[in-house]
Order: sequence, then C-alpha cells, then structure tokens
Amino acid sequence: MSFLSLHDVDLSLGGTRILDAISLHVDKGEFVSILGPSGAGKSTIFRLLTGAVPLQGGTITCAGQPLHGQEASFAFMPQRDALLPWRRIIDNLTLGLEVQGIPRKDARARVTPLLADFGLEAFSTHYPAQLSGGMRQRAALLRTVVQGRAVQLLDEPFGALDALTRLQMQAWFEDRWRTSRWTTLLVTHDVREAVALSDRIYVLSPRPARVIAEMSVPLPRPRLGRPPCAAAHAIEAQLLETLLQQTGN
Amino acid sequence: MQRPVPRPPGRGLAHGVPAVLSVASAFVLWEIYVRASGISPLVLPAPSRVLGQIVENRALLWDNTVPTLRATFAGFALSLTVAFSLSVALDFMPRLRRTLFPIFVVSQTLPLVAIAPLVVLWFGFDMTPKILLVALVTFFPMLVALVDGYDATDPEIENLMRAMGASRMQVFRVARFPSAMPYFFAGLRISITYAVVAAIFAEYVGARAGLGIVILNAKNSFRSDLVLAAVVISSLLTLALFAGTALLQRYVLRWRDVEDGR
Repeated sequence: MSFLSLHDVDLSLGGTRILDAISLHVDKGEFVSILGPSGAGKSTIFRLLTGAVPLQGGTITCAGQPLHGQEASFAFMPQRDALLPWRRIIDNLTLGLEVQGIPRKDARARVTPLLADFGLEAFSTHYPAQLSGGMRQRAALLRTVVQGRAVQLLDEPFGALDALTRLQMQAWFEDRWRTSRWTTLLVTHDVREAVALSDRIYVLSPRPARVIAEMSVPLPRPRLGRPPCAAAHAIEAQLLETLLQQTGN
Repeated sequence: MQRPVPRPPGRGLAHGVPAVLSVASAFVLWEIYVRASGISPLVLPAPSRVLGQIVENRALLWDNTVPTLRATFAGFALSLTVAFSLSVALDFMPRLRRTLFPIFVVSQTLPLVAIAPLVVLWFGFDMTPKILLVALVTFFPMLVALVDGYDATDPEIENLMRAMGASRMQVFRVARFPSAMPYFFAGLRISITYAVVAAIFAEYVGARAGLGIVILNAKNSFRSDLVLAAVVISSLLTLALFAGTALLQRYVLRWRDVEDGR
C-alpha cells in the first residue's frame, strides 16, 4: 500500500473538466514528479491535496486514511517564494509552525539548527528583499520542510529562477533531498528537471488532464553536478516525445 | 550576495532645502510688496508684523492652542478607532461593505459649513462636537485605504497560508493587515492634514476657547495680523503632525526602505 495514492480522481471547475480519472501514488521516501504541459491542471492536484478545492470524484488516501478537507499531511511550496516582505527571514521560516500554534521561541528553536544546511545562517535577520532569488527559494523550501509534514508538495519551485541559478538550486536540492529523503511530489513542465530529481514520473495530457505515461528513472544518484549519462538522455527524449505527441505538434 | 542597507547620509536634509527656500522667498516677496505698496496693515499685514503678533500674544495663542490640539487628538483617536473597526468588519463581511459603503461616501458629501453648526447645536459648546467633526472629516481616507490595502494582499501568500491550515483570522493578522500598512499610511497622511483645520472650523462655529475662537474674535475686531498669527500656529501644528506620521511610517514600514535600497 502506497503512502499517498489518488484513485480515479475527477474534477470540474466552473463547468470545465480539469482532471479526468487521475490515478497516481507516492511511496514513503519517494520522489515523484508530475510532468505536463502548462495549464494542464498539475497545480490543481495540489489544491485538492491541501483542501483548497473539495474532492468531487474518486478517492485519495494518505497513510491508509481517506483524505477529507483540511489535512495536516502536506507542506506546500508555491512557484514564487511568497515570502512575507515585512518579516525577517527567521520569522518567515517559522510561519507554518506559527500557524500550527507553536510558540515563537519553540518554532525558532526548530528552524535555527537547519539554517546552516540551507545556507541562510548569516541572513536570518535580513528581510526577503535583501536576498538573491536563489536564497529566497532556499528559504521558501526550508519554510516548507520545517513544518514537519509527511509529504512535500513542490509547485515548480525553480520555475521563477534564471537558468544558471536554477541549475545550481537543482543540484543543491538533490543534495539536500539525498540526506533527508522527504516524500516529495513535484509539479513541473521541465523534462530535464523531472528526470534529474525523480524516482518516478507521471506524464499528464493537456486539459482535461489524464495520466498518459508513467516512467521510472532508475539512475544512480547524485545525478546533477556531473555530465548527464546516456540513459538520462534517452528517458528525456522519450518523455519529450510523449509530451509533444499530446500537444499535437 | 549580501545587500547592505544603503541610506545616503543627510538625504532628508538635502530634500528639505528647496522647500524651505521656496517658502522663505514667498515670505520675503510678501514683505517687500507690503513695504513698497504702503498697503494698510488692516488689509494685508507684513510677515514681520504677523511674527511680532505671535510673540506679543504668545500667552493667548498658547492658551487657545491647547484646546484645539486636544480636540484634534481626541477626534483623530476616535476616527482611527472607527476606521479600523469598520475596515475589519467590512473585510470579514463583504456584504456589509456593499450595504454600508454608500453611507460613508454620503457622509463625505456633507458640506462642513452646514453640518458644523448643527452638530454644535446638538452637542453644545464642549469638546464633543469638535471631536465628532474632526472624526467625520478624517475617518474616510483611512477607511478606504485600509479596505483597499487588505485587498491588495498577494494571493499567493494567502494560498500558502491556507495550505498551511491557517484560519481566516490568522490570514488577516499575518498577511492582510500588514499588507495594508503602506496603503494605510497614504490615507493617514491625507487625514492628518484635515484634522487641525476641522477642529478649528468646529471651534469657529461655537466654542469657549481654541484657535478658531482667536480667529473669530480677531476677525470681528479687524485684526488681520492676529488672524494670520493664529493661522501660522495652525499650519505649524499640521506640519508637526504630518512630520510625526512620516516618522511613524518610516519606522513601521522600515522593511520597505531595505527594498528601495536594492
């Protein structure tokens, strides 16, 4: 039994069919990506999981329990960092814990030991505007994982970064993930990113989104920070072809 | 990597120089005109004469500044309380906004000249009518600023907080209220410049003491110089309050100075 599983999930919003019988699963400690064209409804799956949109059809189970409404199982990281500009970094990092009702002192005590690993030690009293894009994204990731939720939901976390920073952040992220093994669901439209980071990849069709392919990525880690191997190229090519066939080009 | 917080030394001072120069030269021109034309001081007293009146009548002016300031502060405190409470209520109940907002707009269309004597008639010559009139004149810009400010919250921040399981109240306290602060200060700066004038006008219509009474009495005895002396005090009060809000804004919105410094 998988840790998180979606079975035959349907969703329509405002009369538009968004999700069409989506079934997917994530095991504990597994890194799974949802790859699809822009506007396919990838992020909508996250909105279902975080309770922003009610489930209309199908079932979602997490840790063997059916999902209903407001869940405490998921930590969400949006595409833009969404740091509060008027809060210092340390107070942004404790936001999720604060919402859970944990006193500020205890929240800080949980965040502080992690600052070094995220390269934010020297910046905890800075305001977000004083940080570079990469650092802000690292802060957003730390804010996500420190909530101690079972599953990390990452919505194109590197999509707003410039190309060079994105590569650096992906390599850094892979490194962090290898030591922590967070159960992670990543939404992306970047084929290379999906192949570099994932254990498994689901490919979605354009709206209404269906799962049109599922692919394992049995490549050794670390994959980033070294020349990509031929096997990775082959998987990337296969994924791209699947995606391009769908969009009709 | 690390961006220092730059603040050019004396920037505020350098900004102030042209303003001071232009005001000073206006007074100099005024003085020259009065002396050269030989116009009667009953009609147009020279700035030097107005200044002389301020010094000469300092006890009278001070005694009457205190009640005006008291009415201004009390009225503004009421206004701030009402504006904030209403803004929170309207934010949590959008339907209430559609119901009540037209009333607030209408309240701003009432001509003060007509409404002030009525308020004095209803509430007497004490502090109450002054406080009410100051509040009436100043609450609207702050209310509008707060309500618009709440709505200007970054939707991604709100989505994030809801995904964290935050309650509506938490979202308001942590995201919407701080988001509204820059807007609030824009409204506050407008309101504060109306406050002293409203207090003086309320006194002018009926009071026992205050700068408005000084102006009224001086006008009735054809003392243009004393009228202008009271006007100068009133302007200085407003300028001081404006400077106070600017300082408060700089402190509350200090995170924005950092951003500007990029």
